[in-house]
Parts: sequence; C-alpha cells; structure tokens
Amino acid sequence: MYPSKFDYHRPSSVQEAVQILSDNPDAKVLAGGHSLIPVMKLRLAAPAALVDIGRIDALQGISRSNGSLRIGACVTYNEIANSADVQAAAPLLAEAAGQIGDRQVRYRGTIGGNLSHADPASDLPAAALALGATLHVTGTGGSRSVSASDFFVDLMMTALQPDEILTEVEIPATAAGTGSAYVKFEHPASGYALCGAAALVSRGDGGSCTGASLCFNGVSSTAVSASGVASGLVGSDLSDDAIVSAVSGLSIPDATGDMFASAGYRQELAKSIGIQALLTARDRA
Amino acid sequence: MAGESNGAGVFGSSIRRREDPELITGRAKYTDDLQLPNTAHCTILRSDYAHAKINSIDASEAEALDGVIAVYTASDIAESGVPGGIPVGWLLPDMVIPEHFMLAKDTTRYVGDGVAIVVAEDQYTAHDALDLIYVDYDPRDGVADPKKATEEGAPLVHDEAQNNIAFDWEIGDKESADTAFANAAHVASLDIVNNRLIPNAMEPRAALADYNNITGELTLYMTTQNPHIHRLLMSLASLGLPEHKIRVIAPEVGGGFGSKIHHYADEAIAAWASMQLGRPVKWTATRTETYLTDAHGRDHVTHAEMAIDANGKFTGLRVDTYAAMGAYLSTFAPAVPTYLYGTLMSGEYDLPAIHCHVYGVFTHTVPVDAYRGAGRPEATFVVERLVDEAARVTGLDPAEIRRRNFVAPDNFPFQTQVALAYDSGNYEGALDKALEAIGYDDFRKEQAALREQGRYVGIGLSTYIEACGLAPSAVVGSLGAQAGQWESAVVRVHATGKVTVYSGCSGHGQGHETTYAQIVASALGVPYEDIDVIEGDSGVMPHGWGTYGSRSAATGGSAIASAAEKVVDKARTIAAHLLEAAEEDLEFEDGNFFVKGSPDQAQSLPDVALQAYLAHNLPKGIEPALEATSFYDPENFVFPFGTHIAVVEVCANTGQVDLQRYLAVDDVGNVINPMIVDGQVHGGIAQGVGQSLYETAVYDEGANLLSGTMLDYAVPKAHFLPSFETDRTVTPCPHNPLGVKGVGEAGTIASPAAVVNAVVDALSPFGVNHIDMPVTSEKVWNAMN
Ligand SMILES: Cc1cc2nc3c(=O)[nH]c(=O)nc-3n(C[C@H](O)[C@H](O)[C@H](O)COP(=O)(O)OP(=O)(O)OC[C@H]3O[C@@H](n4cnc5c(N)ncnc54)[C@H](O)[C@@H]3O)c2cc1C
Repeated sequence: MYPSKFDYHRPSSVQEAVQILSDNPDAKVLAGGHSLIPVMKLRLAAPAALVDIGRIDALQGISRSNGSLRIGACVTYNEIANSADVQAAAPLLAEAAGQIGDRQVRYRGTIGGNLSHADPASDLPAAALALGATLHVTGTGGSRSVSASDFFVDLMMTALQPDEILTEVEIPATAAGTGSAYVKFEHPASGYALCGAAALVSRGDGGSCTGASLCFNGVSSTAVSASGVASGLVGSDLSDDAIVSAVSGLSIPDATGDMFASAGYRQELAKSIGIQALLTARDRA
Repeated sequence: MAGESNGAGVFGSSIRRREDPELITGRAKYTDDLQLPNTAHCTILRSDYAHAKINSIDASEAEALDGVIAVYTASDIAESGVPGGIPVGWLLPDMVIPEHFMLAKDTTRYVGDGVAIVVAEDQYTAHDALDLIYVDYDPRDGVADPKKATEEGAPLVHDEAQNNIAFDWEIGDKESADTAFANAAHVASLDIVNNRLIPNAMEPRAALADYNNITGELTLYMTTQNPHIHRLLMSLASLGLPEHKIRVIAPEVGGGFGSKIHHYADEAIAAWASMQLGRPVKWTATRTETYLTDAHGRDHVTHAEMAIDANGKFTGLRVDTYAAMGAYLSTFAPAVPTYLYGTLMSGEYDLPAIHCHVYGVFTHTVPVDAYRGAGRPEATFVVERLVDEAARVTGLDPAEIRRRNFVAPDNFPFQTQVALAYDSGNYEGALDKALEAIGYDDFRKEQAALREQGRYVGIGLSTYIEACGLAPSAVVGSLGAQAGQWESAVVRVHATGKVTVYSGCSGHGQGHETTYAQIVASALGVPYEDIDVIEGDSGVMPHGWGTYGSRSAATGGSAIASAAEKVVDKARTIAAHLLEAAEEDLEFEDGNFFVKGSPDQAQSLPDVALQAYLAHNLPKGIEPALEATSFYDPENFVFPFGTHIAVVEVCANTGQVDLQRYLAVDDVGNVINPMIVDGQVHGGIAQGVGQSLYETAVYDEGANLLSGTMLDYAVPKAHFLPSFETDRTVTPCPHNPLGVKGVGEAGTIASPAAVVNAVVDALSPFGVNHIDMPVTSEKVWNAMN
C-alpha cells in the first residue's frame, strides 16, 4: 500500500488553498484523509499534489445563530456527534455522524470531506438533503452557495469546480414539534450504509403531519429524497398504518445493485428502513 | 506476572499468556519489522487477467527509473539455473501435476499470478516501477466455478488436465451405499455450495532474505507456520541450495489460519533475488496481494444424500463434490478435499454405508489449500446439514435423530466406513450438556409462541467430530503425503536448573510458549517461570513439521512430555547415585528425588542438574549434562468432538440474521490451559460465523476477483457476535502421554452448520430447507418473500 509520489501543501487560508488548486490542476484537497488516502494507497488516485486544509482556522468550528447552524468544513464527525449545538438544532446530523465508521474514523473524517467525496454509501449526504442544508463554497472566482439538492450530481460527483473548496455547511434549525431519525443498515464489510434513511416529521397541534422529509443513502448513485412519501404523509394522522402506507409505493429511481445486494433488495430495504426512520422521527416529534 | 504458579499444578490452570505483554505493547518483532543493513526491496508485478498469454514484457522504463536495481522475469530465473519450482507435497493416484514455476512463463492463470519482479532501493520506488512495466497480454476466457470448469468447452487452465480435472478420488463403498438407498424408507438430499474464503491473517506474508555469497548461506526470515517444511521445499524445489545452507527463521508471526503453511512463489522470489544480488532483499505483501495470493479456503459444490430407515436410523450416505484447486496445486491442496474431507463423512454417527466421490478441479483462481479446519468444516457442514434435513423428512426432532444415530459410548474404538478409527468419545454426553444449558425444550415452546406474533427464531445443532493432531507418519505416507507428521522436542535443563525447551512446532498466536512451559513445569516439577520455550528457527532446533491441523498439543506437546520423561529418567539415575540408593526406591515429587519415606534427604532437579554438568561424580556409563530429545510419532489421529448450538432471529422486514446465542460444549481431552482453549474456541467460532453469515470470495464470470478488499469481503466484527457460552466434557485421548486432543480448528469446523441449521429452522414456516452460505440478509429476505 504505497501511494505514488505527490507534493504536499499546507495553506493557512482558504484563499491560499484555492490559489494552489487553481495553479495545480492535478492537486486534490486533503481533509480527514479517510477516503482520499485509501484510494491513493490502492493507486486508484494519484494526485500530483495534496492541499491539506486541516490547519485553516476558517474551516473549523460550529456556531448557532438566527435559527441556523453553521459548521466548518473541517469539523469532524466526533465533534458533530457530541456538539450540544448540533444535538439541539439538528439532532439528525448528530445521529448520522455518530453512526459513521468507528471511533478512529469519527475522529478524523470531516463533514466537508464526506459531502465533497459524495460516496453514495456514506452517511451524511441524506441527512444534509433532508435538513435542507446550504453548502458554501469558495473558488478563485469568489464564493457561492449551493443547496444540498443541487450539490450531489452523480456517483462521487458534486457541483464543486476543481478550484473550489467547500467551506461551510449551513443548516436551518429543526423546529420544535419536528422529530428526526437516521436509521442505517450497515454493509457488513465496509460498515458504510447499504441503506441509510434520514427522516424528519413535523406534527401540528392537532397531531396530524404538517411536514415530512425522507432521504436515502446507499440505494442509488447519489443521496435521494423520496418526496412522494413525504407529500403523501402530510395531512395524515401519522399512525403506523399511515406511515406504512405512505412508504408502500416507494420506488427509488436507478437503484444500484452490486455483488452484495441487488437493486431490488435495496428497494425493499429502503422501504423497511424508511418506515423505521419515520416511526422513530414521529415518536420524537 | 511473576510467581503465578509453580511446578506440578500448573498443567490445567488458566495462567495468562506470557506472549501477550510483548504483543500488546508493540514490542514484538514481525518479519517486516526486521532491518538488515543494505536491504533492497522487492515487489511483484501480478497479472490483471485471470487467463492470458504473455506475448512480451517491456521493462525498460522500469529499469531506467532511479533507484531500481533490477527487473526480472521468468526467463531470468530459468537462466540462473535454479529449479524454480513451487511443488505440491501430497500426491494422489493419477493426479495431473502441471508445472508451477516461480513466475508465469508464458501464460497467466489467475488474477495475481506473478509476472515480473522489481528490486529497488526502497519500497516506494519498487511499487512505482511496477507501473512502468508493460506486458502485452493476449487475454483468454477464464473459469472460476469448480463445477462449470468440468463442463465440455470450459476454458482449460492447463492443457494436460482434461475438463480441468486434477484428480478423481473416492472413498467408501459405492455398492453398499447404493443398496442402502434402494431400500431406504426416507431420503434426505441437498445441493450445497461451500463458499470460498479468503484467509485474513492480521500480518500479511513477508520475507527478508539474506544470502551471503561468500559462505553460500541463506538466512530467510519469513512468515511461516513451519520453517522446516519451507527450508526443505526451498532447497529441493525452488532454490537448489543445499538444505544445511538454508536457515529459515519465523520471527513473531501474526496469525496464519493455514495461509502460512504453504510454499508460495513470493518468499522464494525474495530469496532468489538476494542470491542474484548478494544483498538482503525484503518482500512484504500489501493487503491487496494477500487477497490475490494467499491460498483461499473451501470452494466446494456438492450434492449429498442420506438414506434413512423407517426408525430414523441412517443407513447410507452418498456425497459428490467438485472441489476447486485453483490455478495450481498448492502445497497440501490435494489432501484437503480428500483425506481431510471424505474421511470425516461418518460424523458422530454409526453409518453403515458411505460413498464419497470428489473431483479436484483446476479453476482460474488463486490456489485453494488448507484454511482453518481444512476439509473438516466442509465435511461437517455436509453431514450436519443433511442430518437436519433427515430430521425434517422423517418428522423427528433434530436432537432425537442425532441420538438415534450416534456411535454409542461403549462402541469405541469405532471403525468408520471411511478409513478412520475413532478411539474414544461420548457424543450424547456433550449433546445433553449443551441442550440443557441452552434450554432446548423451553426454546421450542417460545419459538412457537413467537411465530404466532410474526417473529422468527431458530435453533441449530452441530454435533461434530474432527480428526486432527496430524498425524501418524506411516498412515499419511500411505495416503500420499510427501512429509512425515511426527514432531520433535528438546528439553534442556541448564546447570542452574533453569530449562529451555525447543519445539519443531511453530506457533503464530496460539500461546505455545505458555502451554508448553506448563507441560514441562508439571513434568519436571520446576517453577513455570524457570522454563523458556523456543520455536521457529530451523538453525536451532531439530527438524519438526510445524503448526497446523490442530497438532501442536497432541504431537508437539507429546514430544515435549516424552523428552521431559527422558530427562527425569536420567536425573533419577544420577540422583540415586548421589543418594546412594537404588533407583527403584526413589520417589519423584515436586521436583525432588528422595528415598521413599525420607523426603528430607532429597536431591532437587537443580541439584542433580548441577552435578550432571560438573560431571565430577556421575554413575558409570552416564553421559554429562541434562537434556533429552524426542521425536514423537502419534499412534493415531485425535478426535475432538462436541455439540455447538446457535440461536438466531431473522428479521421479517430486512432478512437480517441476528445471532442471539452461541453455545459450545467441546471435548478436547485433557486441557492444558482452559483460558487458551476458550480463546481458541472463541476465535474458531467467530471465523465459522464469518463463513456462515458474512464472508465469501466473489469471482465474476471471467474469473476476476470482485471481493478483493476489506470494503467488500466481510470479516466479522466483534459487534456482530454474541458473547459465546462455552463448556466442556473431558474424554482424554487414550493414546498420547498427555491425554490431549486439539482445539485450534474445532470452532470453525462446528459453527457453520450450527448457524445455518438455526437459520433454516427459523425459516421453516416458509418452507425453506436449505440456504447457502453466506446467509446474507438478501438471501433470507428472498426466502421469506
Ligand atoms: C474504515 C473506514 C470506515 C468508514 N466508514 C464510513 C461510514 O460508515 N460512513 C461514512 O459516511 N463514511 C465512512 N468512511 C469514510 C469517511 O467518512 C471519510 O472520512 C469521508 O468519506 C471523507 O472525509 P475526509 O474528511 O476524510 O475527506 P478526505 O478523504 O480528505 O477527502 C475526500 C475527498 O473529498 C475532497 N475534499 C475533502 N474536503 C473537501 C472540501 N472541504 N472541499 C472540497 N473538497 C474536499 C478531497 O479532495 C477528496 O477527493 C469510512 C472510512 C474508513 C477509512
């Protein structure tokens, strides 16, 4: 497991980082390294240079203001899972981050790396999608914002341009009366999500559903939102039957199959994991 | 941990493993940790194709890379004049033995087959250079499935092996089995795939070869379970160096499970490169290479059927198996699906007629060879699955049908229809203990109640037997082994009474340094702390055959016990002389010799040792010093047995199998160290659960290995497993000095059948009578829907 030769840069600002990226078309951003280093060791990737963004202060930290939560791109899963702010304002994200890999992975892997890598089986994309996250990115041409629903383009492809860095993830705080849950069915080998379901359920005063969201990791080439299920639930009494029947027609377009699980089975799994996530979210609403 | 125990009471106590402090703190040295001055680093270019002709190899760019010392291909090895072979060490009648050279000459036969060697000043350069070697391949079709490989028109792995058949082997009596089926009241019949497994020793294979071109001596540090076998095969087949000029040393070895028994090309390549360059050469497998080159395990396709009479008694068994050999015949590969498989087909049962037929089949895959259990897990799975199916077709309870068919406790020695003579056993004893502990009868009631609620739990029995403690040399010789299977030991008492023990076994995680010292402490009555155990260096100890086949206690331990006995005999003679007494009048207790009735006038073993070394006053005819060597050849195999029970619940929504309880009652004979035995049982069960629920090597139609990383190949993790419940019965082995059997493989042998039987039991309301391993959630979901 020996990677090819590469140069190493450790910029101290985002500006410096994007400049290096734009000057070195074969360079790659290095965050927690828990996806990038393994593929380099397997020689599936051989970037000419790494731009280590781990020491850029602007990419660290979690803050909460005006009903939204802002998380720096280099914040680790462990920080997210254990942050009182995240637990209060976006418990779904804390729950998903706490289920990633093992302790070592959670101490190294970052939210920015997870979302930028856009591995369909990773755990944070569905949560970001369900929470309606906004991703702030910066390139040599300046900064812009991309909604999570526009960010994930295809298998390991995002809306990021080669010289852009994801700097911050902004998440609207989950309102009172809204419950959430992330339920994961682990791939026995990788521990990634064979299917992961992120659910949000809001209840009105009368107990009926005023809003819902159900998004999946692991089932198709990107995280997907099952908007049909969500709209079917709104107005319902959120009984077990209502949830089961809202999910019964779920069909995720272009579900993927591989040697471990067929596309058809992944669809079935999405249904039963989806139901579990919605039931739990309802109970927490 | 000093002073944990002394002398005679040590045998049978759970002393903590003395190996562990070094291992846990990282102080232990593995092959790759060793540094010799001026070491060059070697990498091996491997075929990306399962099957291809090599038209040409262009290494000029690699050779030009700064830091590259040399690039070699098969023709360089051939021209160097060494034999260059990778031999098979077990011969079956009429077996096709294709040439296996250290590198592919003109054809590659599996993804991972070695094509070229790079030697460079450092590892990074050696890996970079691999990308600069251009091989012009002419890809051919490949085949990975052992049954399909025998079909007409399948691509041939070796032209000389028609239909890819390496051997066609049978055991038992076909005629009597056929008669049993003709008269059967019931027939149970199953098609079974025994999934291919990839060993995952924590430490990848590695070699550090140091050839001294002045003295002509090769020192080879390597990851080996059997240094002497490697020395022998390096000498005779690969390098052509005289045996006494090769010293093979096993430093700390991080697990093997069989994968470090075999003689592979890679370690020989490192040695050969060192011979070419006259400087040390190191090769360490990457994890990817481990997947692509360590011999895989299992990979059988089987049809099996049991004939049963109206009383639920088994009357006949027929088994037909296609067993993959992979691309070449690995070291002991032919023995695994034959003498380690067909001979186990009687299980714990009094089966009057058995016939087992096996095709050994070449496929375009990594060679298959012994992997923890080797043949016996495959056999046990066939027998124990069939027994459950027999229970189903007869309507008998799985525990009851087993009882009706067990070899009775008073029926030993028991001669099976498939060559083995079981020396001892009490199968119902272990079954009763296990059923009681698990609460079998209550479970059946609870199961019925849960089914009413739409919950599916199941219980699975595996009443297994295995033959291990390899092995009586003349017997294995008559069956084709090109090796002996006795074991050696030296027990050396130093002048101060401290003891060094040398064994020809070669532990790699089992805890021999602890258990062997326990044996000697008990035999000599000296403090456990005063005994050191040394293994794994062909330059230091007498020839031995290594560690595998759950043999180290039964053969290595017995050799040590018998050497210790010789030491005591000699010491007794000297002590009698010193005490001016007759030998017959001496007692030996807690390390002291004394005349019966006068324990205060004693000569301790250290006293005697000192006199033996000073040699100022020895009895006539007695040589100085105090040590003994033994070469112990066992009379028979040993036969551990027991009952394992798994309890599972399958999730009706996802199909996921939740292993809720796992209970093992094993009979491994006398127990030297209960904690170590439990550890072996735990590890074995975990590996067997891995096979039954998670692990499988997946090849595509073109014989490309798809499950080539740990992202895809599911080794079980701790949180997949319940806390195991273990217990034992003790039926000592009647034919070795310690009464011990073997425990290293019992868990992997018993557990797959227990787990799958439990899943099938859980799924019985869905009309399921078999499910292939690994039992993934998708397979279960499909079975339920
Ligand atoms: C043993 C193991 C188990 C794992 N299990 C799981 C799991 O269960 N669930 C799960 O979701 N993940 C899992 N992972 C993956 C882990 O979460 C990774 O950390 C994550 O996918 C990538 O984050 P990183 O910070 O390590 O990014 P890196 O590996 O450093 O980078 C990944 C990619 O993103 C790019 N990148 C990183 N940060 C930025 C940024 N700010 N802007 C633009 N591009 C950027 C890099 O250039 C690279 O292409 C596992 C990893 C390992 C090693």
